Amino acid sequence: MNEVCFKNLDQKDPWSLKTYEANGGYSVWRKILKGELTPEQIIDELKTSGLRGRGGAGFPTGLKWSFMPRNADMQKYVVCNSDEGEPGTCKDRDILRYNPHSVIEGMAIGGFVMNATKGYNYIRGEFMEPFYRFEDALKEAYAAGLLGENLDGSSVSFDLYAHLGAGAYICGEETALLESLEGKKGQPRFKPPFPANIGLFGMPTTINNTESFASVPDILANGGQWFADIGVENSGGCKLFSVTGHVNEPANFEVPMGLPFKDLLEMAGGIREGRTLKAVIPGGSSTPVLTAEAAMAMTMDYDGIEKAGSMLGAGSVIIMDDSTCMVETLTRLAHFYYDESCGQCTPCREGTGWLYRVLKRIMDGNGKADDIDLLMGVQDKIMGNTICALGDAAAMPVESFLRCFREEFEYYIEHGKSMVKG
Amino acid sequence: MISTKAKKQIDAWVAKYPEGRQSSAVMEALKIVQAENDNSLTSDSIQAVADYLDMPGIAAAEVATFYENYNHKPVGKYTIRFCHNISCMLNGADDLIAHLEKKIGVKTGDVTPDGLVNVKKVECLGACVGAPMFQIGDQYYENLTADKIDEIVDGLK
Repeated sequence: MNEVCFKNLDQKDPWSLKTYEANGGYSVWRKILKGELTPEQIIDELKTSGLRGRGGAGFPTGLKWSFMPRNADMQKYVVCNSDEGEPGTCKDRDILRYNPHSVIEGMAIGGFVMNATKGYNYIRGEFMEPFYRFEDALKEAYAAGLLGENLDGSSVSFDLYAHLGAGAYICGEETALLESLEGKKGQPRFKPPFPANIGLFGMPTTINNTESFASVPDILANGGQWFADIGVENSGGCKLFSVTGHVNEPANFEVPMGLPFKDLLEMAGGIREGRTLKAVIPGGSSTPVLTAEAAMAMTMDYDGIEKAGSMLGAGSVIIMDDSTCMVETLTRLAHFYYDESCGQCTPCREGTGWLYRVLKRIMDGNGKADDIDLLMGVQDKIMGNTICALGDAAAMPVESFLRCFREEFEYYIEHGKSMVKG
Repeated sequence: MISTKAKKQIDAWVAKYPEGRQSSAVMEALKIVQAENDNSLTSDSIQAVADYLDMPGIAAAEVATFYENYNHKPVGKYTIRFCHNISCMLNGADDLIAHLEKKIGVKTGDVTPDGLVNVKKVECLGACVGAPMFQIGDQYYENLTADKIDEIVDGLK
């Protein structure tokens, strides 16, 4: 446990440059500055490692980096997505608080590979403690000559800045994040063109999640195969899982991919006294909910969670025991997407409102017999019909809650009260 | 409209972006000006930010109304931003919000008569392992209980 992003966690001042370097930090960056590593070697190692995007989409990082037109004669950018806001997710906050230098080194390496001499870390506006930590780490790195121009007499330059959001879930979507970084409303862009061609300020840009960047230095220090071997086939390495909800000891755990879900549940202290497991959302609120039975048979890796009927997402495991009213829970999630829809695409803007209002009327005791069909119809019309994935993210919980716990919705509509809470 | 001190802070943000891209600093500029003006924005202060950053007023107004961190009506000296999303809800956030409303004597959205505090229900703040939680200013308060809330609120001056 805690082998990569969290390996400094129990040490003194884990966020300091001193602690980071004592654990081998910046050794890869220094090798690059000495000319001992090529971009091609780094991309090969990343491909071998099996590292996939830790923000939720799971796209192979090595492949993503190889898409950048590194020889194009224009400014290129590396952007880190620290706009963590998926309900149930709180891992990037801890990386920034406890291991900010791993993000800096990971971004600097990315900058070298993609020939991008400037980077921005987009940190959500509420994360002020992580922001100050990151800013302090930047100061340390500049003072130590690890960031700046023509570093250590080489031709390598990398300048890195922290940017703050102002409260919008949608900015976690990479093109909305770019709009926001340009000082605009966070409304996603059409793709193509992809950011690798036209990104920040119209220049080639690659955006990766905080945890993805933070994993890169150790992968290169120890070799791609080392990382791949920690995990399982198709899910290389270890991953941070935020285990929250009805468990005795909610926490972030960095564990090998492929770990059985029941072991992870045990690490979080298990279900509370006298209660039984009812449902699990394995990857953050946007991923389909699972019944206890499906969850207990699942392993925590991309394929294992998909086989169980959901997605790994950002690794945000929300545990619900038998005291949970699924109608109430879904209503809260529907409110979230209704609140956070950017308003650009009609199916999402209008559909999320419909989903919330219909669920709210069921909760108010005014549900109608055909409301379940109505909800299914609305979510189906959102799914796949929007520019970005927020629409799908709003639809998937509805479909899965109604599929797995339909009787609770029917009961609420018929009796005007919760089957669980009365 | 914008103080010299605020201009200095805004300039530090502008310096992070390429030349001619000063509007990238608009989100922070609006926060800085908001903090200087009793924690809320007016159409005049938004326009002042736009003028300072040499961008159209409507572009700054779009940002000021799109993002959640800006206030457009008077708020308390302290805004308690209480998370009511899933992990906090599962851990009793709703009951604690009701407790807090009772404690300060006003409902969510209203400001206490002395202008000190208001409560806002917000979506996930990314501290789910510490649920239930809220934010005041830059600070997160986690693993809240009714007693802990009383102690924090009593400490607000």
